[in-house]
Amino acid sequence: MDFNDTPEENDFRLEVREWLKNNAPKEKKAGGYDSIDVQESALARARDWQAKKAEAGYAAITWPKEYGGLGGSSIQSVIYSQEESKYNVPTGFFDIGLGMCIPTIMAWATKEQNERYVEPALYGKEIWCQLFSEPSAGSDVAGVRTKAEKDGDDWIINGQKVWTSGAHFCDFGIIVVRTDPTVPKHKGLSFFFLDMKSPGIEIKPIRQISGGSNFNEVFFTDVRVPDLQRLGEVGEGWKVALTTLMNERLAIGVPKSADYSSLTQLAKDVILNNKPAIKNDLVRAKIADWYVQSEGLKYTKMRSLTSLSKGETPGPESSIGKVVSAPKMQDLASFAMDLQGAAGILNDPDMSLMHSIFQNQWMSAAGYRIAGGTDEILKNIVAERVLGLPQDIRVDKNVPFNELADSR
Amino acid sequence: MNFDFSEDQKLLKEQVSRFLTDNCPIEVVREVLEGDDFYSEKVWKGLVELGLTGTTIPEEYGGLELSPLELCVIAEELGRASAPVPFSSSVYLATEAIKLFGTSEQKENYLPKLASGEIIATFALPESAMEPNPDNIQCTFSSGKLTGTKMPVPDGSYADICVVIVRDKTKDSIGMSIVDLSEKGIEKKSLSTLDQTRDHAEIIFNNTSSEIMNSSGDGWSDVQQILDIAAVLISFEQIGGAEASLNMAKEYALDRFAFGRQIGSYQAVKHKLADMYIKIELAKSNSYYGAMMLNDKGSDLKIAAAASRVAATDAFNFAAQENIQTHGGIGFTWEADTQFYYRRSQVLGLSLGSIASWKK
Ligand SMILES: Cc1cc2nc3c(=O)[nH]c(=O)nc-3n(C[C@H](O)[C@H](O)[C@H](O)COP(=O)(O)OP(=O)(O)OC[C@H]3O[C@@H](n4cnc5c(N)ncnc54)[C@H](O)[C@@H]3O)c2cc1C
Repeated sequence: MDFNDTPEENDFRLEVREWLKNNAPKEKKAGGYDSIDVQESALARARDWQAKKAEAGYAAITWPKEYGGLGGSSIQSVIYSQEESKYNVPTGFFDIGLGMCIPTIMAWATKEQNERYVEPALYGKEIWCQLFSEPSAGSDVAGVRTKAEKDGDDWIINGQKVWTSGAHFCDFGIIVVRTDPTVPKHKGLSFFFLDMKSPGIEIKPIRQISGGSNFNEVFFTDVRVPDLQRLGEVGEGWKVALTTLMNERLAIGVPKSADYSSLTQLAKDVILNNKPAIKNDLVRAKIADWYVQSEGLKYTKMRSLTSLSKGETPGPESSIGKVVSAPKMQDLASFAMDLQGAAGILNDPDMSLMHSIFQNQWMSAAGYRIAGGTDEILKNIVAERVLGLPQDIRVDKNVPFNELADSR
Repeated sequence: MNFDFSEDQKLLKEQVSRFLTDNCPIEVVREVLEGDDFYSEKVWKGLVELGLTGTTIPEEYGGLELSPLELCVIAEELGRASAPVPFSSSVYLATEAIKLFGTSEQKENYLPKLASGEIIATFALPESAMEPNPDNIQCTFSSGKLTGTKMPVPDGSYADICVVIVRDKTKDSIGMSIVDLSEKGIEKKSLSTLDQTRDHAEIIFNNTSSEIMNSSGDGWSDVQQILDIAAVLISFEQIGGAEASLNMAKEYALDRFAFGRQIGSYQAVKHKLADMYIKIELAKSNSYYGAMMLNDKGSDLKIAAAASRVAATDAFNFAAQENIQTHGGIGFTWEADTQFYYRRSQVLGLSLGSIASWKK
């Protein structure tokens, strides 16, 4: 048992290291998707970096060569990420598109469509968003009400989506809509992709608790979408949506965040009971707990990787990542703020210790615990799908959607 | 046994609650968050008119001369409303400090003005993210002049006077001094914080005229005594805020449907709300004991204040955070009112220094 690279893996690592050394941007602070204030320029930088990566084949290591990938293994993809994470490269803009939307396209669209859409997405020229959630369908995403009606060779979409991350700068989106309200909810859905510049689409940014706006409301008024852009059969949209959601669980971790090592750094810099906080047993115990959690997640990943490198599917343990890391982000940030005493509330990077990373993290963590499946839903999934416990009683499963009582 | 507030105190609580419901709905808090005002002057004036700023100030100085228990019930309602007013700085901290350690001249000078609302006071202890202790206070007082930096000072951008914790050069000990914040030689800078509904400032004193206050002889323990009083009072604000968060979460859990059922019908949500309730009740009981010690000047005040502070901080932080979680995506928006309690929970939780140190 070891973590060593095989000789081939090691060769790949060295090759990647060399390439990154020559090509990775040298900026100190790259500015990701989360830093709202730098969004425009960050987007431009992210596009440049993405194009460079795609050119070298590193943008989608596991994808087949015909789609612009490297035809490599998942392990190689992980090696690349490990090496890339040593640099401050711009991140975040393409995760949803390349992690969830394009894999769905690849699984369900025609060859011609793949040829048309995959490469521009890979090169960062076209960005994709996920139009699933609605005001009354979040955790219960199969409850969407946005409807599509057939009109000749087109469908006409009317309704509203919400929380659509990046819709304001995206070119295309994947969408789940209701095409038949007279059958039970999962059976009346269909799945499309569409041009976000289509007439009848109106995008309104939603302001987040942190003040910035990364997600949006998207309104559809008689938006025309060709039937050719339907993925899967009419009424079988849920099946397609599951492809996206499966990929979501793999794609959506939480972003790089301040962890036990940042907390250790802080604890050396502040004092508690007249001594450096790092000397305090309570602080040490907390750091130890978060260290153990982080290591647990890291080695869980190693187990999944081992399966991957053997060509097997990772076991259910791979589904615990976000439900551990998102609450950890919040708790750790809150504890770190506490160590700064009254000054812990300062969120001006020039005044606050460690450039207010903990204050920002405390704000954004509240969202990560909700985005891409809430803590509660993820635990339900572990309990029901992994442990095989009985599901909650479902009152909505076999009733035609339009006869469901008051589903607000 | 009668471990409860009196009928009169409960009536006062209702009166304050009614006033705040009418005059300080959450939109008022939002106006302060989004606007340029440091606080809601209108709400503050209303509290002054009710005489609340003089609650514990002796009648000879124009106050109501009521007990700290009255302050506790007021605090709970202010916390519930997340009121954007300098009550904690001016009343729990500065007024109590002046009552306890002001010279008779200082009391005559300031207490009537505090009672009548003519001035707002604040209290400045920390100087940076370093936990203040008797050895690292750098703000010095010498021959009637004050020099050094305090930050963050709550409501410091607009308070009229400030009780400053200083190193008294003449006695080489920790002391308190009062400074008029309109004096020459003061630089103030409003700080950006997680909760812009409560102003915080950095104040730099540069040879600023100031008056030293009395001391018991051990200046640091004087400071601790004030912090203990404030800890109990602020814990009631936290309890009010936690109850408001629980209430919002409960309303939403009843109203919101997922998978054809109210989300409140799922045990994950039920247990979350039950946990909030349990934490709040434990905090309340600790704070009642804190209040009793405060009122009786009991020997247990120190430990009771720490317990109040630890339990109420835990309850409010948890309730505010899980209120957002219960709301799902909508809870994470600027438009939602969940944010006011999330922000305020940290301000109150950190205001008197780290919880880790209160656990000591
Ligand atoms: C930052 C952010 C970015 C997002 N980006 C996107 C995006 O790009 N595209 C997109 O389509 N969506 C996006 N979302 C939406 C996200 O997927 C939903 O917010 C999430 O699925 C929760 O749905 P909801 O907000 O409707 O909450 P609800 O489903 O109403 O949940 C409310 C509460 O009830 C609980 N609950 C619900 N059902 C159960 C149950 N059966 N058992 C126990 N508890 C339950 C939840 O855990 C939660 O605490 C984003 C959300 C956030 C916060």
